[in-house]
Amino acid sequence: MICRRGVAAFAPLGEEAHVAPARKAASQMHIYLPIAEMSVNIFLLLAMGAGVGMLSGIFGVGGGFLMTPLLIFIGVPPAVAVGTEANQIVASSVSGVMAHWRRGNVDVKMGLVLLAGGLVGSTLGVWLFRELRSLGQIDLVIRLSYVFFLGSIGLLMLVESGRAIRRLRSSSAPRRKLHQHNFLHGLPFKMRFRRSKLYISALLPLSVGFVIGVLASIMGVGGGFVMVPAMIYLLGMPTAVVVGTSLFQIIFVTANATFLQAYLNQTVDIVLALLLLLGAVIGAQFGTKLGSYLRGEQLRGLLALMVLAVSAKLAFDLVATPADPYIIGQTLGH
Amino acid sequence: MRHLFLLLVFAIAIAPAVKAEPLVADLSESVVKITTGFTGTKVLLFGALQEQGKIVVVVEGPRHALTVRRKQRVAGIWVNSSEVQFDDVPSFYQVLSSDPLEEWLPLRTRDLYQIGVEYLRFVPKSEVGPAEAARFRDALIRNMQRVGRYGVLEGNVTVMGGQLFRADLYLPANLPTGYYTIEVMLVKDGDVKSIQATPLLVTKSGLGADVFDLAYSYPALYGILAIVLATLAGLGANAIFRKV
Repeated sequence: MICRRGVAAFAPLGEEAHVAPARKAASQMHIYLPIAEMSVNIFLLLAMGAGVGMLSGIFGVGGGFLMTPLLIFIGVPPAVAVGTEANQIVASSVSGVMAHWRRGNVDVKMGLVLLAGGLVGSTLGVWLFRELRSLGQIDLVIRLSYVFFLGSIGLLMLVESGRAIRRLRSSSAPRRKLHQHNFLHGLPFKMRFRRSKLYISALLPLSVGFVIGVLASIMGVGGGFVMVPAMIYLLGMPTAVVVGTSLFQIIFVTANATFLQAYLNQTVDIVLALLLLLGAVIGAQFGTKLGSYLRGEQLRGLLALMVLAVSAKLAFDLVATPADPYIIGQTLGH
Repeated sequence: MRHLFLLLVFAIAIAPAVKAEPLVADLSESVVKITTGFTGTKVLLFGALQEQGKIVVVVEGPRHALTVRRKQRVAGIWVNSSEVQFDDVPSFYQVLSSDPLEEWLPLRTRDLYQIGVEYLRFVPKSEVGPAEAARFRDALIRNMQRVGRYGVLEGNVTVMGGQLFRADLYLPANLPTGYYTIEVMLVKDGDVKSIQATPLLVTKSGLGADVFDLAYSYPALYGILAIVLATLAGLGANAIFRKV
């Protein structure tokens, strides 16, 4: 009895002695983000970078479409989240393209045509972003684009991976055409892309690049998750060169978006970008190793579920009645 | 603590020399620097009284124009539908007092000196009716209170022996930058007998300040720097992990 009382009496004291320095250390681990103008725990940012980096390593995607919503969830202003993420994707794409470049999996000619469309698209996107921001509608447009694109792509991927798993079980390999001919092949300005083994109208990659450029600027993504399916199904490119070529052009499109966001909107937070990057680089290395142990179809199914979860959360926030229907808008050009 | 004691001794020592001033006040710091590790800070306000009375302190941050938006449900989703812009809205506002305000401070005085969030004066720039303006005004104050920018802390000023007073000003992590004024009022019989205003500068400092200045003063250079850093980081990461 005496012993128990003794413990009870000392426990809070001992606890306090432990808590005080720990709390002090934790508070010192906050970092003030100069452009986002908020103080965030440095480990949270590193963990987010590592987490998303790991997923991008496993699934071979850029991760911008996961990181930008995450940043918004922790309270970074959506405009800063988008601008900063564009900056981070420059780094991860540079890092990612190197391996593909060495293996010769980059169709430079196709990349340049996509890029031409992408530069126009991302420039228009940043301009649109600025206009919407001054109208007070940018947050809505960012969220709606996420819900729409993540929702539809997540569903497509889920259906596709479900089919692939079933096909694998029935073990009858389907006959696969190189690509199908349709009205798209009747368009003018035909161009030969040797590495992709394609002879198609330049208008096709130009417009794909353009649309994804607009998305990259508004959503703060590289656009790989739209670009890769578009390259395979719309352009009919062989899968081997798809990822490398997509990464190659993403570098320049996101660099353009970064520059314009910084120049016109001042929404690029270098400190935030570098911290996320640090975590992402390490996470991606583990992710790549982990990914090689998992089966492709199951991976895609998992990714699809994750994409759908993010989309559902954003959709819920749009539909749910807010705690306070009034909000204070960002002061423009302060 | 010893520092404070010395300051108070000093305040007492000089108090008779400035007999013309019924109220003397100062801050432990005149500049608050928002460094990279900034998580909020505490500034000590202290001073001496020549007359008996109660103390009210109003801390006010720089005033800016601010837009308040109202969301409305359109086709199931919440969309920003209407907005009202206000001029000269304090970016930070805090009232501290030696006694609960309701009991002894007449509304006239509170209104005149803008003591309490409901007495803050800022006018809508947009053309709106008075009822609508009031709704947006209340929403602005409510939002500011929620993020800790506006507040009233009654009883947070300690008066010692009727002659000395001290108060801790807690400044949060999301502190807006700029010039602050700290008004110390000596109130007697419901009237403000004396006011002393002390300036406080809140400024970004260190790496964060440099980054911010570069981003706003040389946006093109900043944009290029961001791309160069990202490219180098990408190449560096590749070089390191290729060997591993």
